[in-house]
Amino acid sequence: MEEKGLFLDDVRIALGGRVLIELSRRVPPGGVLTVMGPSGSGKSSLLAYLAGFLDPAFTASGRALVDGAEITALPAEERHAGILFQDPLLFPHMSVAGNLIFALPESFKGRTARLAAAEKALDDVGLAGMGERDPATLSGGQKARVALARVLLSAPRMLLLDEPFSKLDMELRQQMRMLVFDKARERGLPVLLVTHDEADAEAAGGEIVRIGP
Amino acid sequence: MLTRLGPILTILLLTGPIAFGLAGTVLPALGFLPALGGMELTLAHFRDLFFEPAIMMSAGLSLLAGLVTALFSLTAVMLFVAGFAGTRAFGRVQHLVSPLLSLPHAAAAFALVFLIAPSGMLARLISPEITGWQRPPDLLIVNDPMGISMMAGLIVKEIPFLLLMTLAALPQVPFREARMLTGSLGYGRVAGFLFGIWPAIYRQIRLPVFAVIAFASSVVDVGMILGPTRPAPLAVRLVEWMNDPDLSMRYLASAGALLQLAVTGLSLALWLRLERLGATLCKRMAMRGLRFRRDAPIRAAGLAAMVLSAGIVFAGLATLVLWSFAGLWQFPDALPSSFTLKTWIKALPRILEPLRTTLLAGLLSTLIASVLAILCLMHQEETGRRPARAALSLLYLPLLVPQVAFVFGLQLLLIYAGVLATLPALVLAHLVFVMPYAYLSLRDPWYAFDRRYDWIAAGLGKSRARRFLSIRLPMLTRPILTMAAVGFAISAGLYLPTVLVGAGRLTTVTTEAVALASGGNGRVIGVYAFWQMILPMAGFAIATLLPALIFRRFRGMQV
Repeated sequence: MEEKGLFLDDVRIALGGRVLIELSRRVPPGGVLTVMGPSGSGKSSLLAYLAGFLDPAFTASGRALVDGAEITALPAEERHAGILFQDPLLFPHMSVAGNLIFALPESFKGRTARLAAAEKALDDVGLAGMGERDPATLSGGQKARVALARVLLSAPRMLLLDEPFSKLDMELRQQMRMLVFDKARERGLPVLLVTHDEADAEAAGGEIVRIGP
Repeated sequence: MLTRLGPILTILLLTGPIAFGLAGTVLPALGFLPALGGMELTLAHFRDLFFEPAIMMSAGLSLLAGLVTALFSLTAVMLFVAGFAGTRAFGRVQHLVSPLLSLPHAAAAFALVFLIAPSGMLARLISPEITGWQRPPDLLIVNDPMGISMMAGLIVKEIPFLLLMTLAALPQVPFREARMLTGSLGYGRVAGFLFGIWPAIYRQIRLPVFAVIAFASSVVDVGMILGPTRPAPLAVRLVEWMNDPDLSMRYLASAGALLQLAVTGLSLALWLRLERLGATLCKRMAMRGLRFRRDAPIRAAGLAAMVLSAGIVFAGLATLVLWSFAGLWQFPDALPSSFTLKTWIKALPRILEPLRTTLLAGLLSTLIASVLAILCLMHQEETGRRPARAALSLLYLPLLVPQVAFVFGLQLLLIYAGVLATLPALVLAHLVFVMPYAYLSLRDPWYAFDRRYDWIAAGLGKSRARRFLSIRLPMLTRPILTMAAVGFAISAGLYLPTVLVGAGRLTTVTTEAVALASGGNGRVIGVYAFWQMILPMAGFAIATLLPALIFRRFRGMQV
């Protein structure tokens, strides 16, 4: 069981007796598993299940492991699942740097060191010097990149992507796809991508699972 | 789990005082009150009650007040929303009316008195030129035997409440689509609204309407200020008996409280009949395809009712403040001949203690209610279950059971427990009424919060407590402070529970102001009414300004 990556072990999610998802897969570090399906097919419930926020209306069985450790037995905050949604969802009451510093693990000590790490993360996504900005003043593309930088700073063990590119315009979308998948590969993070966009699935390059009617 | 305590404590806090309070009213009504030597059950007190002079008149008056208040305020709100929702005028009137929500009933009642009394502002404005009055005419405008001025005072206060409730229900119905559809079928605005949209809205504001009926049919403070005196409305008489130095009057008061319960129940039952009648009428008209295209006058009436009701209260409040600074102010003069701070300076030492109690009781009950409301909402979020209709009705219980019916008994229990007229007892009594409003005020914004923020923070490795403190609380600062402002306004405006539980030793600006009503010293009443008005307003000002100040750098946090 000491295998690296994300392992979905006989995961089965049902809503009111209707089975939405039945899945056993391995996602290697840096690899991507794409789950495709129309809206309402329950593909987001898989993501919520892994993140630890499955609505109690759903019933789930099976388990999920990351690097051999069962995450589905852990509370949400100990799963270290980096999530990106279609909206960047930057915390509106914190500056850009504030968002990033908030994401840093508590074990990362020192005020100046934390600030420096945030600055560096901004630099890594091409937004050097934007730390003091109010997130509401950023462009859509900039927000998406801050959201990515934020999730990477938290030292996640996997990435969960819920149609993260669907609200960006065509050009930005391609850029963000490259950026996200590059970063994931660079850090060896297993990625679960949930989408209904074929181009996303293609760019991800990994295995594609289709669910729903 | 901590959040589990939320619903449990809330249910206990809501039902406990009401259940025990009702029991504490029923037993003395049946003659059982060991402290006064009443050991055997008897119906004698009910017999005494029905021998009280004009008791049925008092009951009838209360019954009528409940129905008339609800009918008029609901009709005004309905016509206004039907005629103007979605227009610019709508927003303006909404802003005009909303502040009145925070105004205590007693303050609104005083405002009306100072406007319409024979020596009031209206009479002064038209005298002596139009009326020829050199002295206040000997007319019974305020305290009229039919209770018209009392109902008017209740109506101007309930309109803002029902408007707000309607506005909260409006986004949940396809308003624009229905308006366009009924319009394209040729229906007038009001008819289209009434036939197409109103049933869905009304279903959602039914409990608030019932609360209005229950309140108006058992009101004490407004009744004391504006209501008839011979006989007075039922609840007013009951409180007089309750406060009678002759303790054996408590039997009578308790029996009367049960009569009040029946009166309120009867008005609600009659209202249910009215509902059905209204629905049948609407259906008939709709089935006949009546279009009512030329409804401009009736729309104008809706607008006029809204503006007038708000205008009356604001003009009255301005008059009150004027009185508090007035030196000599002879009758037909529209303005005092001199201004002075004398009244304020004289009233100051006596008002400090009531002010302190108002603030303490208000802040403490609001704090507890806010924590409980948040715990309840967190618990609902965790379990994914929204409260059933039954649970919501429970929340309305303190607003549907006439206050006299259970606060009488509650007072008795507090006497037994030896905690009458203590701050904790007062806070507990206030909590019963603050809790429902706190919960209802926070519920929608809480549900509207995008929970994905919470998920993201958890993905970042933040614990529940950290997520709550760093994400949820700051992002919901505005609605949480608004909830607190609502709660505080409710507490500051509570009359009956404060009078009975405070037992004259703990007084608030509201109880003091009402106590001054019979004295008729306009200047002092002006000072107290000013505080009544300003305290809740200050709460709402803080709830608006503080978040704007804290988050001034963040555009995403502005409204």
